[in-house]
Amino acid sequence: MALRVQFENNNEVGVFSKLTNSYCLVAIGGSENFYSVFEAELADTIPVVHISIAGCRIIGRMTVANKNGLLVPASTTDTELQHIRNSLPDNVKVQRVEERLSALGNVIACNDYVALVHPDLDKDTEEILADTLDVEVFRQTVAGNVLVGSYTALSNRGGLVHPKTTIQDQDELSSLLQVPLVAGTVNRGSDVVAAGLVVNDWCAFCGMDTTSTEISVIESVFKLNDAKPTAITSTMRASLIDSMS
Amino acid sequence: MEYISPDTQLTPNDARVLCCQCAVPIEPNPSNMCVACLRAHVDITDGIPKQATLFFCRGCERYLQPPSEWVTCALESRELLALCLKRLKGLNRVKLADAGFAWTEPHSKRIKVKLTVQGEVMGGTVLQQTFIVEYVIQHQMCDACHRSEAQDYWRALVQIRQRASNRKTFYYLEQLILKHKAHSNTLGIKPKHDGLDFFYATENYARKMVDFIQSVLPIKCQHSKKLISHDIHSNVYNYKFTFSVEIVPVSKDSIVCLPKKLTQSLGSISPICLVQRVTSTIHLIDAYTGQVCDLSSTMYWRYPFNAICNPKQLVEYIVMDIDILKEHEKKTFPGQGMVSNKHVVADVWVVKASDLGLDVNPVHTRTHLGHILKPGDAVLGYNLGESNVNDDNLDKLDRDIIPDVYLVKKHYGERAARRRARAWKLKHMHEHGSTTDDDYNEFLDDLEEDPALRQNINIFKDSNKIPIDTDEIDPSLPRITLAEMLDDLVIEDVDMTDV
Repeated sequence: MALRVQFENNNEVGVFSKLTNSYCLVAIGGSENFYSVFEAELADTIPVVHISIAGCRIIGRMTVANKNGLLVPASTTDTELQHIRNSLPDNVKVQRVEERLSALGNVIACNDYVALVHPDLDKDTEEILADTLDVEVFRQTVAGNVLVGSYTALSNRGGLVHPKTTIQDQDELSSLLQVPLVAGTVNRGSDVVAAGLVVNDWCAFCGMDTTSTEISVIESVFKLNDAKPTAITSTMRASLIDSMS
Repeated sequence: MEYISPDTQLTPNDARVLCCQCAVPIEPNPSNMCVACLRAHVDITDGIPKQATLFFCRGCERYLQPPSEWVTCALESRELLALCLKRLKGLNRVKLADAGFAWTEPHSKRIKVKLTVQGEVMGGTVLQQTFIVEYVIQHQMCDACHRSEAQDYWRALVQIRQRASNRKTFYYLEQLILKHKAHSNTLGIKPKHDGLDFFYATENYARKMVDFIQSVLPIKCQHSKKLISHDIHSNVYNYKFTFSVEIVPVSKDSIVCLPKKLTQSLGSISPICLVQRVTSTIHLIDAYTGQVCDLSSTMYWRYPFNAICNPKQLVEYIVMDIDILKEHEKKTFPGQGMVSNKHVVADVWVVKASDLGLDVNPVHTRTHLGHILKPGDAVLGYNLGESNVNDDNLDKLDRDIIPDVYLVKKHYGERAARRRARAWKLKHMHEHGSTTDDDYNEFLDDLEEDPALRQNINIFKDSNKIPIDTDEIDPSLPRITLAEMLDDLVIEDVDMTDV
């Protein structure tokens, strides 16, 4: 299920939120509308947490996360870090990293098993990343862009990459990640897919401008539709039809 | 920070993405939309008007190029296209790729221009679009036509006047203007009572004409302007300018009587002088001593004087005897001005041609024509002794020093014969009836007699004259050599059937 959502009239929802299979982070906005959409969809299964990084709302671009852990940049204050630790499930490791490329969300793209990183990323950061998030790390570019985190949206079931990614590149990345990849866009043709989209294994949120074509591409590549048919359409169907006829 | 590896940049992109609007697979572009969706989404010709107006003056068939210029351009010409494009606002926001005319009926007052523009949309996608702009031609009278329609076409006027009965200087001026093409900017030339009016569109042209005349003739010029209209809001004043040019009222072959003060400053020349010629200065000669002087226009207007005898009063005399003055007989004094060495002063005894054969005594006089006169020659002169002259300067002179007869020039026989022998002509600014009049013929005679006078003007061969046998012409007549004449430009239609 992919939902359209807007953060204070801004369609770049990936900037203001971070979604994993075990928790969801949302920026502190002027109103709670943005938060409410996430909460309505996710509150039953995973915690939805308000956080800020160094007092900023652009948490989606500053952090990198999966179900195992969360990396925050060195600029994160102790209070914020404490708040995050308190709010997240106990099995999630939270780690602060000293990295020159401090917008970690822009330079790292990951799912629960694999991470693609900026070719210039620090060696130490790479090690911390592998330990904390429990992932295999590959230094890669996407369509000639070094900001792999910005141009790739990944889940454990699929991935959306920059529209100019060639077939060869897609094949190569796909074999590294072991998930199917598709080149596509969000927000009516925007190529910064990670900024316009947050996704986990069963759910995606994208900007309000995203067209139905783009939604259908997203739903098909992240396999958001093949949830088990509910009882009302399978076992109850026959009896319903019987009673109505 | 950007990491660009050359091979990834150069490989052709074979990946396809779905158009974000209609789900058609397309090559990725900056907007990630297919061309059709992009077209429907944005219109790059949005800010460009599809209809515009051109103003056209029916009188002179010119188009208005704002703000105030009028240009001539043919239909479907480059100039017209440039004008049309200039009239379109908003073209600077797109790149013009192509422009051309779509055909329209010439009388339809419509011009259609087909434009192809390229515009950048949505972060770098270049879109090309072709569209037609229709121009409606509206009539508007241009300023010049408006003025001529209102009989108000000139801004500046040069009035050239010579207030004298002897008008040879005027003919000379006409030839000078023709030679230097000084009349090229005139709107019109109108003969007036004692002169000509030249009309000009701007004051500058008129001033140029005045400067030209000033450089070739001694004149006096007055400038005046008349306020036609003015706009108090924009401080614009509309004037008509008039230059009143007065040419000195003396001409060649007139006799003048100089004021006493002037004679003193001119090397004590005798007050009664003959005007040899008028160029940028007045050339005077005293026939009794051969003394010459040049009188500039400023000097003239400081001590103005008039002619006392004009060529109409010339009388023909016959030379009875001539005696060239010896060197020691010549009167010289300290402070004397220059004496001509082209002329020879002589004592001469003449009788009137009309009195020839009667028993009269020859009259004695002196002349500067000693080098061309011999006994029996006819000579033209003024009979000062018997003429009735009203001149202040002459009245102040002692009657004894005024000669009875003042010889001016040699007379070369019948005027009709000279006209027949004349194988040249002059050009004219406009056809006037005076080519046959006596004044004009005298001017032509003067040109033949005086090489100094004709050096400044253009003389053309007269192909219409039947060449007469050179033996019949009196060899003593002054003539203009062929080398001094120009061939006139003649454009004729050659009969093609002859070829």
